[in-house]
Amino acid sequence: MRIRPSEITPEPVYRARRDFLAGIAGLGAAALLARPAPAEEVMNVTLVQRLQYKRNARYSTTEKANSFSDVTGYNNFYEFGTGKEDPSRNAGSLRPRPWSVVVDGECEVKGRYALEDLLKPHALEERTYRLRCVEAWSMVIPWIGFPLGDLAKRFKPTSRAKFIEFTTLLDSRQMPGQRYAVLDWPYVEGLRMDEAMHPLAILAVGLYGQVLPNQNGAPLRLVVPWKYGFKSIKSIARIRFTERMPATTWALSAPQEYGFYANVNPEVDHPRWSQARERRIGSDSFLSRQPTLRFNGYGNEVAGLYAGMDLARNF
Amino acid sequence: MFKMNSNETLRWIAKPIVFLLCLLPVGWLLAGLADLAGFAQWPSASLGANPVDRIQDTLGIWGLRLLLATLAVTPLRELGGWQRLIAFRRMLGLFAFFYVSAHFAWYLLVDQGLDWRLWVEDIAKRPFITVGFTALVMLVPLALTSTKRAMRRMGRRWQRLHRLIYPAAILGCTHFYWQVKADIREPLIFCLALAVLLGWRLYRSWQRAGRGRAEKDSRQDQDPARPRLPVEPLTE
Repeated sequence: MRIRPSEITPEPVYRARRDFLAGIAGLGAAALLARPAPAEEVMNVTLVQRLQYKRNARYSTTEKANSFSDVTGYNNFYEFGTGKEDPSRNAGSLRPRPWSVVVDGECEVKGRYALEDLLKPHALEERTYRLRCVEAWSMVIPWIGFPLGDLAKRFKPTSRAKFIEFTTLLDSRQMPGQRYAVLDWPYVEGLRMDEAMHPLAILAVGLYGQVLPNQNGAPLRLVVPWKYGFKSIKSIARIRFTERMPATTWALSAPQEYGFYANVNPEVDHPRWSQARERRIGSDSFLSRQPTLRFNGYGNEVAGLYAGMDLARNF
Repeated sequence: MFKMNSNETLRWIAKPIVFLLCLLPVGWLLAGLADLAGFAQWPSASLGANPVDRIQDTLGIWGLRLLLATLAVTPLRELGGWQRLIAFRRMLGLFAFFYVSAHFAWYLLVDQGLDWRLWVEDIAKRPFITVGFTALVMLVPLALTSTKRAMRRMGRRWQRLHRLIYPAAILGCTHFYWQVKADIREPLIFCLALAVLLGWRLYRSWQRAGRGRAEKDSRQDQDPARPRLPVEPLTE
């Protein structure tokens, strides 16, 4: 069979078509939920279309954000495969709605919450953050979310709550990468309580003004911009307040290479590569690396959290 | 109409085909670069969001694949009886060297961006880079002595020198294994293939040694009726 050049769909057209279809998929989910609608489901409809938010300029960088296709096409999300393009190919099997999150541990209010109920009290804001991967590349991403601390307070953590532990969904039918024990599933991450309460730490539900694409950690993910990207856990199914430091996935997988803190630090190299510089994905000067900043450039805000700590030992 | 004998077929048809096949990954990367630079629209050759790493990885993996292909020639000849495969061994080896060199050059010139202090630090400080670099250094004398003339002039020493491909391949696979973060499945496949290729050689030399001993014994037994086993040439 011969295919004439005129029959081949030009790239901009099929890209737009894919984006449109991805949007429709979300709308389809919304339509299912939008039967004669109680209040929560109306909320859900607004969620899957464009999000309502205010821009937070104070906590946003003015650097140029990466394109939507970079942000959604180049991801580390091993639950959908270990290649950078695997998540965008495979994350269609995730069903981010309906979704519920278990909140438990050292807190007074606990239970299983529908995503809508969890999000309802929070006003969304847009924050453009730098994201620095431990693999020495970086992006700039306009997230939509709200401060993690605001959510944590609602559950009244007790005086014994020293850490928050987050767990990703465990379901190998939705997350085919979990069929292989590349990591010890489910993915677990955590923050010290004071880190979690810091205003820069957010829970994100969207990016680029729309609901999170599956490959970016739908429907709810953490974003901690001063730490390496692997701390910012995706598709959160459980939030637990704990007294002891959580055993986190990468630190368990290779303790000599990944620590609990994982603060971005150009002076502390990964044992196998330098962390002094990073490649900014999609930048005009992608051929050269730019210097990595301490705490990913958020040192003024967060350095105080680590006063007196040896950051080379607590890497 | 013209007729070709099998040597001519090999020289004018089979070898050029293999040569072009070995160049395919380069062509693919060039198409990707053209797409990236906007000279052409080849989205299927796209190098993705991180073209520097993509090119780096592609060159490295093809270097390793071709190194293993080179090592597979002798076993396939003996097991499959395809004697003529030897005609491709040098080409495969030189292409392996080409891809490994390009992989290293890309790392130095583009990934590290021409800063020689970083090169020295990186090569010395990071074992997986040290290991990969050592493998490349081992391949250099092999590439330099790949001509027929060098082969003739060096005689038995050529054979001995070219055994460097064994440690080079082991270091190459180690380099790959060490470089991945958690998903070791692909490097494990390479390691396994290498283990089979080297294991077969060990088995053969053990077998030969056994035969050699048997021969010696039989000579001591003064058994002139027993024929000497033919020693087959290992090189082209």
